[in-house]
Amino acid sequence: MGNFLVWVVWVVAAFACIASAVAVVSLRNPFLSALALIGNLGSLAVLYLLLSAEFVAAAQVLVYAGAVMVMFLFVIAYIGPAQETPWAGWSTVQNVAAVLTAAAIFVEIMVAIGLKAGGRLAHSDHVNGTFGSPGWIGRLFLTDHLLAFEITSIVLLVAAVGGVILGSHTRRLETEA
Amino acid sequence: MLGPGIAWYLGVSAFLFGVGALGVLLRRNPLIVLLSLEIMLNGANLALIAFSRHAHNGAGQIFALAVMAVAASEVCVGLGLVVAIHRRNLALDVDALSELRG
Repeated sequence: MGNFLVWVVWVVAAFACIASAVAVVSLRNPFLSALALIGNLGSLAVLYLLLSAEFVAAAQVLVYAGAVMVMFLFVIAYIGPAQETPWAGWSTVQNVAAVLTAAAIFVEIMVAIGLKAGGRLAHSDHVNGTFGSPGWIGRLFLTDHLLAFEITSIVLLVAAVGGVILGSHTRRLETEA
Repeated sequence: MLGPGIAWYLGVSAFLFGVGALGVLLRRNPLIVLLSLEIMLNGANLALIAFSRHAHNGAGQIFALAVMAVAASEVCVGLGLVVAIHRRNLALDVDALSELRG
C-alpha cells in the first residue's frame, strides 16, 4: 500500500515537473514562464522529498521558489512583458539545429541510463532516519565539505559585488548622458 | 526503497536537462534563456540527489546545495546584465546583441 502511494505521488510530481518545464520553454509571456518555473521547482522539491533529501527540498522551496523567483518576477515586471513568438520562423536553420541538439542530448543521456538501469542502478541501499536531515547536512558541511562551504560563500560574495557594479555602472551612464 | 527506482528519477532529470537546453538554444529573450538555464541546473540537481540516495552518500546533496548557490549567483549577475541592457534601450534579444562578435 505504501509503495503504491509513493508511486502515485511520484507520477503526479514527475508529470507536473515535465509539464511545467515544457511550459517555461514554450510560453510567450516571460511572466507566465517564471510562474511555470515556480511550479517546476515546487514539484522538484516533492521528488527530492521522495529521495529522502529533506533539507535540500526545504532549501529548494525557500531559496529558489522564494528568493530567486521573486527577483525574476521583479525584473520581468520592471522591464515589461516583451512578447516573443518562440515558434515563429520555425524552419530556420538555427531553430532546427536547436531542436536537433536538444533531442540529441536527451537521447544520449537516456541511452546512458538505459545501459546501466538493469545492473547496479536497480538496487539502492536502505537509508536511516538521519539521511538528508538538516543536522546531518550541517555536520557534513562543517567537517568533510568545509572547503566547498567556504568557496560557495566566496562565489556568492563575488556575485553580489558583480551585481552592484553592473547596477552602478548603468547609473553613471545615465547621469553622464 | 519504496516507489520507483533511481533510473526513473534519472529519466526525469534527463528530460529536464533536454528541455532546458532546448530553451537556451531556441528562445531569444535573455530572461527566458536564464529561466531555461535554471531548468538545466535543476535537472542536474535531481540526478545528483538521486545518485546520493542510491549510493547512500551525502556528497551528492552537498553538491546540489553548491549548485543552488551557483544558480543564485548566476541569476544575480544575469538579471543585472538584463537590467543594464534595458536601461541602455537596447533590444532584449540575444540574436541582436552581437556587438562583440569577432
